[in-house]
Amino acid sequence: MRKRWLAGALPVVSLVVATACAPVQSGPAQSSGDETTGQVRVWLFDEVNRAPKEKVVADAVAEFQGKHPGVTVDVQYIQVATRAERFKAAFSDPASAPDVAEFGNTDLSGFVAAGGLADISNPALNWADVHDMLPAALDATKVDTKVYAIPWYIGVRALYFRTDVFTELGVQPPSTLDEIAPLARRIRAAHPDLLGISVGGKYTYGALPFVWGEGGEIATSLNGKFSAAIDSPQARAGVARYTELLRDDICPPAQCAGNGGDASVEAFRAGKAAMTIGGDFNRKSVEASSVKGKYAVVPLPGKAAGTIAPAFGGGNLLGLLAGTKHRTLAFEFVQLLAGKQYQRKMFDAMGNLPTYQGLQRELAESEPALQPFTATLASGARFVPNTPAWAKIDSQAVIPTMLQEIASGAKDVDTATKSAADAMNAAFGS
Amino acid sequence: MSTATRRARARSGEGRTALAYLAPALLVLGALLAYPVYQLVVISFYDYGQEQVSGGAPLEFLGLGNYTTLFSGSRFWAVLAQTVGFAAVCVAGTLLAGAALAVLATRVRPWARTCLFLAALGAWATPAVAGSTVWLFLFDANLGLVNNVLGLDGFSWTYGKWTAFGLVAAEVVWCSFPFAMITLYAGIKAIPGEVLEAAALDGASTRRIATSVLLPLLRPVLAVVTIQSVIWDFKVFTQIYVMTNGGGIAGRNLTLNVYAYQQAFAASEYGLGAAIGVVTTLVLLAITVVYLRALRRSGEEL
Repeated sequence: MRKRWLAGALPVVSLVVATACAPVQSGPAQSSGDETTGQVRVWLFDEVNRAPKEKVVADAVAEFQGKHPGVTVDVQYIQVATRAERFKAAFSDPASAPDVAEFGNTDLSGFVAAGGLADISNPALNWADVHDMLPAALDATKVDTKVYAIPWYIGVRALYFRTDVFTELGVQPPSTLDEIAPLARRIRAAHPDLLGISVGGKYTYGALPFVWGEGGEIATSLNGKFSAAIDSPQARAGVARYTELLRDDICPPAQCAGNGGDASVEAFRAGKAAMTIGGDFNRKSVEASSVKGKYAVVPLPGKAAGTIAPAFGGGNLLGLLAGTKHRTLAFEFVQLLAGKQYQRKMFDAMGNLPTYQGLQRELAESEPALQPFTATLASGARFVPNTPAWAKIDSQAVIPTMLQEIASGAKDVDTATKSAADAMNAAFGS
Repeated sequence: MSTATRRARARSGEGRTALAYLAPALLVLGALLAYPVYQLVVISFYDYGQEQVSGGAPLEFLGLGNYTTLFSGSRFWAVLAQTVGFAAVCVAGTLLAGAALAVLATRVRPWARTCLFLAALGAWATPAVAGSTVWLFLFDANLGLVNNVLGLDGFSWTYGKWTAFGLVAAEVVWCSFPFAMITLYAGIKAIPGEVLEAAALDGASTRRIATSVLLPLLRPVLAVVTIQSVIWDFKVFTQIYVMTNGGGIAGRNLTLNVYAYQQAFAASEYGLGAAIGVVTTLVLLAITVVYLRALRRSGEEL
């Protein structure tokens, strides 16, 4: 009986072993063909208030379809929070993948390493308009000098502060990075119900300008090989400057250590903070909050008076997926949507900052509120290390863990930056 | 034909029939259980990231590489110890609350019992994410009901390591005690009244009846409830993920499952993630086997 059972089971087991002696792999996506008719599929990010975006995109689709008879454009809006899973699935199964997709510039290198994006160096560099774009924005679309996407809009952060509180106390906005902590402490001492400055232990892009402003780097690269530099003396000084803000007399850790960028700005919107670091993309929501008319924005100051701390140049890109069957059509649609005309329309609809330098200057003149952001961009935005390892470092929360360890007193600056550097080097090495 | 061969043939015929009857169940088990576990083990031997899945990079066989990476990190051991401690507290809490309320349910009037059961079913039926979020609202530092009642305005329950673990453990017990309560209630109700009556006639005290009659009779049910709770609480994910915002300040509230998700799946290191999955499975198997053997040694056939 027992033997018979075994005899029955053996073929099944050996069959299983034979069919799957290694994990499955889908073949590298083949860019198969360049059809000039059919359906171009597009993935764009869903937004909290999507209607204006949808309208601009619908206009672009109508214009595109009018120009190309026999071509339809199908636009789908995907959730930002679950985009990683959606893109992973699309890369593994090219048949279900779109032709064009919107993604964050920090996603790019991971997507390229996964073999998911098409190299568009040729058409992109031959497109005259691309050379009017902010160089930092364009750099974020390249991996090893090859271009994989077109910048669609850019996001940059600056210092928001409460004009009513500053006037009442007779203080000026900080003119150097070093002045922020004493100023914030002074405000909280006078107004214990206010956070001196609302920042967070998970607010990586709020902390990075402090690191860069002190002359530090996250990582340095030599011949394409990255190594962590977050434990260099300059970077440590920047980390110390930032985490000094996560103290009970400025932004109590119990309240702030768990906050990311959104939660940090939310406290400012709710009127519970005298300052915060927020993006141009937060301006509309702050305008619609209780502090409307009681705040102003200045660039985050650098180490020396009169300088601006380098900001993280975040932003979204439009790229072609490797498996697209409509290369030319898809790129033409990207050109339309990321062209000057539609970037301008997207600014009017969503407040997205265009990536064209000329357009930025024009907008800053007509809308002074944009000036701190364009000035920050003009003084030089910075980017996270352009390597697929960054996606891993980001999802393993290396920098938030470092900031939180210091804020909660679990580790001092030297130890925490050292272990963050070790974690980064492990990711760079693999 | 001798009787012996006929009997043997009849037996083998029986075996074939039995196998035929079992085949559908075996197929389902094989497809749904054995094959995924097999794949998990295989993947854990490879460097298998998103690049490899989508064919952007070749597969690399690492042997036990993922396991050595895992075991050499001090973080893994800290998280494992934390997970075991957290699960132990949750299991103890679930069993105590479940048993106490099950006994209570057998003693109170029907309307009170109905209320108790309705409340328990409510907790049981609440989806984990919704339950966790409601608890977060209740314990919110500034606006929460609990802080208002206790006068602890501004106290953050989720900041400190132990208060955060305590809060999550309380939520886990809250959503898992109904299973223990209802199963044990059914177990108590299934004990024949004559047995208890006989014990009482023999002059046994209530305490004596509980320890010498009720508990031994309930042991099989208790074993099932305990093993279920151990498995659930060891694998707890949603409550930690939602209530401590992905593992607490600087990851000090991480448990094994959330750690696996963060380090491996969010970072697309499926090989490493599979290795953590295999370790989790082995730990759970070990706990279950040890527990079952202990039960059997104490004379209970399951």
